[in-house]
Amino acid sequence: MIEIRGLSKKFKKNEVLSGLDLVIDKAGIFAILGPNGSGKTTLIKAILGMVIPDAGEIKVADSNIKNSPDYRQKIDYLPQIANFPDNLKVRELIAMIQDLRGDSKEANNLIDRFDLHPFMDKKLVNLSGGTKQKVNILLTFMIDSPILILDEPTTGLDPLALIQLKDLIQEKKHAGKTILITSHIMSFVEEMTDEVVFLLEGKIRFKGLIQKLKQDTNQNDLEHAIAVLLEESHV
Amino acid sequence: MFKILKYSFYDLARSRWSYIYFLFYFILALVLLFLNHDLSKAVITLMNVIIILVPLIGTIFGVMYYYNSREFTELLLAQPIKRKSIFLGQYLGIAISLSMSLLLGIGIPFVIYGLFNSAAIWDFSLLLLTGVFLTFIFVALAFNISLENENKIKGFGYAVLLWLFMAVIYDGLFLMSLVMFEDYPLDKLSLIGTMLNPVDLSRTLILLKLDISALMGYTGAVFKQFFGTDTGLFTSIGVLFIWILIPVKRIVVRVKRKDF
Repeated sequence: MIEIRGLSKKFKKNEVLSGLDLVIDKAGIFAILGPNGSGKTTLIKAILGMVIPDAGEIKVADSNIKNSPDYRQKIDYLPQIANFPDNLKVRELIAMIQDLRGDSKEANNLIDRFDLHPFMDKKLVNLSGGTKQKVNILLTFMIDSPILILDEPTTGLDPLALIQLKDLIQEKKHAGKTILITSHIMSFVEEMTDEVVFLLEGKIRFKGLIQKLKQDTNQNDLEHAIAVLLEESHV
Repeated sequence: MFKILKYSFYDLARSRWSYIYFLFYFILALVLLFLNHDLSKAVITLMNVIIILVPLIGTIFGVMYYYNSREFTELLLAQPIKRKSIFLGQYLGIAISLSMSLLLGIGIPFVIYGLFNSAAIWDFSLLLLTGVFLTFIFVALAFNISLENENKIKGFGYAVLLWLFMAVIYDGLFLMSLVMFEDYPLDKLSLIGTMLNPVDLSRTLILLKLDISALMGYTGAVFKQFFGTDTGLFTSIGVLFIWILIPVKRIVVRVKRKDF
């Protein structure tokens, strides 16, 4: 699915990723964790082709991403901040993404689920932050691609929408998708994900099941296990 | 590219600023025509406004749009489309919607006034044409500036400086150099100097078309010889085209290697 070899990236003098290797070749939910500045966002952006690596190679579904933008047809991306053109209507924005990605069977279903019907003909500038985030989620989940990348998906959601999001993620998992999630909320990660990828200083410090991470560090919950990993690295 | 263009045009065409921009020209042209009753005088006044205002609005709008739509651009970058298409689509969306405000805002009052029966139609068309050229040029320059500057405030600063330089400072420097070197033949130099700034080029083009070059003395005569002819006209339009092509080309090259 996703194969990354020797990925390095510097921003000016700041080395963010240094020779990172990562292979994700099965379905499931993977959390990408790490302290601020550990390279999570850069890693995701490199997979999406937004950041151009200094060295290394990224393959998505066996094709090198340098060759053509078409590989992104296989990825749905949920950006962290939902900000859309002010004067488009929700309906038009949905139409635009379908224009770019192909028609979606799921769109109407999701509009029902998130109760977006009253907003369909409103301009995006008039929506609240939470509603925008729902639209954001809808745009991502209405497309049926084998890989999903969710960047801080819980930001700004009310509890009801959060439950719906969790259901959606689980549904995608059962449909055999590969899902990458970044999040700062450990309870969310612990509840949702199968495996964690822990980044530290531009490299992968740990990759594996949450259970194994807890065992390795002799901790009962994920938060403390991560804390142990961080402490070890300072020694 | 056309898909992006379509939606960014939809977005901008409904923006309040497009209407304000349109209304400004509409009222200005209406007042000038119906209080003045002199078509060519109205054209000159409009020219003076267009030549300063179009570059200013083009740069500010271009920079503003780029920074405002940064997150949305990231979403687009994650779609299976080429970077080039995204940015050219957005660029054309802005340039076309601004041009529409200009063309309709000035065009409608002139048509009401009875432009089609008047001899001034060519001067008027040239005025609109240069206005559109200036819009395309300055929006492209604005995109170049914003692509270089992650920091919004810096980007805005440079954009305003660029406008100030092109619309005001350049003329001052140009004039000063003419005064300093007045002992030498300057006709060629001033011709080239004019070509190098799209704002000056547009102004000269219109003024000479309006046949008031006698006001400009000897250099004016040289200019008249050049700009007054068809060769001059086409060369100038060619140069304005180059002023669009180079910044647009640079956008395409720059976005290929940029990290977002």
